Amino acid sequence: MSDVTRAEVCVTACADLFLGAGETLASPMGLIPSLGAKLARLTSEPDLLLSDGEAFLLTPESTVEGWLPYRKVFDVVAHGRRHVVMGANQVDRFGNQNISAIGDHARPTRQLLGFRGAPGNTVNHRTSYWVPRHSTRVLVEAVDVVSGVGYDRAAGPFHDVHRVVTNLAVLDFDTPDHSMRILSVHPGVSVDEVRKQTSFPLIANNVTETRLPTDEELELIRTRLDPQSKRDKEVPQ
Amino acid sequence: MRDKRMTADEVVGEIKDGMTVGIGGWGSRRKPMTLVKAILRSGVEDLTVVTYGGPDAGLLCAAGKVRKLVYGFVSLDSIPYDPWFKRARETGAIEVLELDEGMFQTGLRAAGHRLPFLPIRAGLGSDVLKYAPELKTVRSPYDDGEELVAMPALKLDVALVHLNRADKHGNAQYLGPDPYFDDLFCLAADRRYVSCEQVVETFDGPPQTLLLNRMMVDGVVEAPGGAGFTSCVPDYGRDEALQREYANAATDLEQWPDFYERFLG
Repeated sequence: MSDVTRAEVCVTACADLFLGAGETLASPMGLIPSLGAKLARLTSEPDLLLSDGEAFLLTPESTVEGWLPYRKVFDVVAHGRRHVVMGANQVDRFGNQNISAIGDHARPTRQLLGFRGAPGNTVNHRTSYWVPRHSTRVLVEAVDVVSGVGYDRAAGPFHDVHRVVTNLAVLDFDTPDHSMRILSVHPGVSVDEVRKQTSFPLIANNVTETRLPTDEELELIRTRLDPQSKRDKEVPQ
Repeated sequence: MRDKRMTADEVVGEIKDGMTVGIGGWGSRRKPMTLVKAILRSGVEDLTVVTYGGPDAGLLCAAGKVRKLVYGFVSLDSIPYDPWFKRARETGAIEVLELDEGMFQTGLRAAGHRLPFLPIRAGLGSDVLKYAPELKTVRSPYDDGEELVAMPALKLDVALVHLNRADKHGNAQYLGPDPYFDDLFCLAADRRYVSCEQVVETFDGPPQTLLLNRMMVDGVVEAPGGAGFTSCVPDYGRDEALQREYANAATDLEQWPDFYERFLG
């Protein structure tokens, strides 16, 4: 299909984050990762568990199938059957992420949310990141504050930073020293452009093109999951 | 059985300068705003405030009540950042202990269990420990020998929470989907106060919703609307219009005095 939008490519790239997850709690933060998780549940990963963002686990038909208040989410974090897709104000070449503060933490130039659950998530279970605006300001040489833990730090037995999905590409850490590499570029994006928008050198061997959504996936995204096309606001065409 | 009903001002009369005050709820959800307003109107200052932060954190910073803030995040949920908290941080007005959310819960549990600390994996490798060098790690004494964070007890002088229903003896009930951590705040504190939408003689609904029992509560304040503008479902949702007004006035300080006066009533 020639009319597939960039936002739709990002949704399926987020859905593909959950391939093989099975009965795991998917915790997507933000619209595109949420659409991706819901799409995965309807297609490739019917066993995924999804919450309403509050205390209930919901089926695709919005029936309550479970109760998961915040304290029980913390239990799942520690138990490990969870894949979180977090945002990142900054992320670096080893997957360290910052959502706490820009500048010096003692007196930041810009205070952000705080550590939230990022330190616990990243040492307990699989973590991916979603970056709606891939730029040198977000993909930085070194983050100002380490909220989510990257591969160059003591991260323990359950550390597993999986992928970074951006509006330009899909990146992972499957390299000898776990530094970030380009796994695929979205259709219409060049490796050079991704490199230009990144502050650190990116490994780029065997880069493929991010797959397009199937007709079935497009139909689900457009008519069932996001009929009002809110996705286009998060990732403009 | 004792009648523990009291007014919000009587609760705040128990809070002395320099105390550590835990505030229940989560973000902009079920915050004991009537009790927070009573603090804002009082002369008490120099507080250490322990909170899964929402507008309670911002308002107390605005009024200059906070010496130190202990939090995992501060957010208004539908509005990501609280402008007063941002300003307090960016001007260096407050000391902070910024924690991972799970570490925060573990600290409350340790305090409630009268333990010096509880181990947790969260925090390892992150900058939580860098900015809080008082937090130590501990090594497992068993064969695994794993290094873990020794999350110290977050002991509170006072806990303030808001629930949907309570009786005059201090038993209290939440009717929404999430208990948040209000029971842990009460267990971690020396003095525990619950405000509620309604004081009742007997409770309707499943007994599992009775989050607090009277051993955990020293005072009960009947405060209908007492979580507003934060949410207190099913009694009411968040007042998004008033929250937006708060955030706008907190951003544009010319609007603040007028808003603040109206807000405090």
